[in-house]
Amino acid sequence: MTLEFLGDLSTPIMMGILLGGLYALIALGLSLVFGVMKLINVAHGDLVLFSSYFAYAAMTMLGIDPILSLVIGMPLLFVMGFAIQKYLLSRAFAISMEAPLIIAFGISLTLQNFQQIIWSPMSRGLTTSYALVSFGVGGTRVPLAYLLDFIAALIVMFSLREFLSRTYLGKAINAASQDRRAAQLMGINTGRMYALAFAISMATAALAGVFLGLTFPFTPQSGVSFLIIAFGVVIIGGLGSMVGTFIGGMVLGLAQTLGGYFLGCAAQMLIAYGMVLIVLAVRPQGIFGR
Amino acid sequence: MPKKTLLRVSNIDTFYGGFQALWNVSLEVKPQEIVALIGANGSGKSTLLDTISGLIRSAKGGIEFEGKSITTLDPFQIVALGISQVPEGRRVFPDLSVLDNLILGSYNPKARPKKEQNFKIVYELFPILEERKNQLAKTLSGGEQQMLALGRGLMSNPKLMLLDEMSLGLAPIVINNVYKALRKIRERGITILLVEQNVRRSLDEADRAYIMEAGRVVLNGNVADLREEEEVKKAYFGI
Repeated sequence: MTLEFLGDLSTPIMMGILLGGLYALIALGLSLVFGVMKLINVAHGDLVLFSSYFAYAAMTMLGIDPILSLVIGMPLLFVMGFAIQKYLLSRAFAISMEAPLIIAFGISLTLQNFQQIIWSPMSRGLTTSYALVSFGVGGTRVPLAYLLDFIAALIVMFSLREFLSRTYLGKAINAASQDRRAAQLMGINTGRMYALAFAISMATAALAGVFLGLTFPFTPQSGVSFLIIAFGVVIIGGLGSMVGTFIGGMVLGLAQTLGGYFLGCAAQMLIAYGMVLIVLAVRPQGIFGR
Repeated sequence: MPKKTLLRVSNIDTFYGGFQALWNVSLEVKPQEIVALIGANGSGKSTLLDTISGLIRSAKGGIEFEGKSITTLDPFQIVALGISQVPEGRRVFPDLSVLDNLILGSYNPKARPKKEQNFKIVYELFPILEERKNQLAKTLSGGEQQMLALGRGLMSNPKLMLLDEMSLGLAPIVINNVYKALRKIRERGITILLVEQNVRRSLDEADRAYIMEAGRVVLNGNVADLREEEEVKKAYFGI
């Protein structure tokens, strides 16, 4: 009886960890922008969705594979991110800390409605041949898309961490986030560092959008729900920590699948957000936060 | 033969929000001098350094470095020309290692090729920084952080260093060490503009001094002459 019970548990655990990979992938960019600029980019989810729709357009109109479309999608969002920070947000930062939040909110609403007009509220998906494949691991069927999500998150997490800790540019971004004035006195163009951080965050959002689309169907409203999930991930992991965000994704994914397993589907997000509240109460800086 | 001027500040007015912090301030620093800027809290010394560094723009007047105007340049451009400010309160990057703090000092494109050479100079001056290079900057003592801030400033390969309140909050014995380092920095041919509340100390070290009051330069001259001025005696030495 006990063993059987554990055997059943392997499925939600495996699915929770892999699903956590997708959550982490979405949240890494949010975490980076928060860590560097102390801005909660409420448009992050909609920018992720923008990438999903971009890949959808490339796939349905030109027959380009969604993962391949990232060759254009990532630079496109990188440039968009740079421009958003340089021309919209940086001016708002000069006014107050709340002003950029309102701008981000405006970008979010604009994108949602833009996507609504072009694609209608209908649900879409990046349905490719491999998105539907699944394989067996010890009696558990795992969709290939979930595994791809996890691998992509792992790669992005390690790349960001190495970039921030090893390169001149990464260190300069770090310095600008720790003490802007001192960074300027070291000859760092802090305005450019913020734009670069936002641009990198958007490049990761491009990746997240494609893998999200391969995993789940999406509508123009999906950005908001994924923003809230990503926000939960970042709270659990600790704002600004890349490894923390990755672990936070796993924790939230596991809370969701195990919650669903024990209490039924309707309760899965309840357990996930319950987890966020517990972390906030016990360790408000997050598991890996400083 | 009179040396030509390295830094020339001419008649600048600087505002902080709606408040005027500097009034028609002029100042000159010649190569290889140590010039002290003294005055009470709020007299505008730090504002003057920030205006030179480009952190604040002056509303009127101009600043020249090596004969070229830097009045409208951004801070990162001014650093690349060879002006390095070591700010008040040290402001090391707390969550980066000592080594990374120093590396960031050499961020500007002109300093990067000279990184290894400048590392040697800094480690010779402050061997403790080499010993602690893998520690986070926030775990250093106040004196060590001041050495790190100076070392980080040196890594940018400066011709002119602006040193803001180096001895603030440090024990007397540590202050002696910092000033010892200052003399060695000068021996390397680096010019120094020094802001200090510790007037006795800075007059001991400097060649010339400017005395500021309420955002204006009220007196300036050679240190030896200034010591004889009645006003200076009264205000700073209590005689």
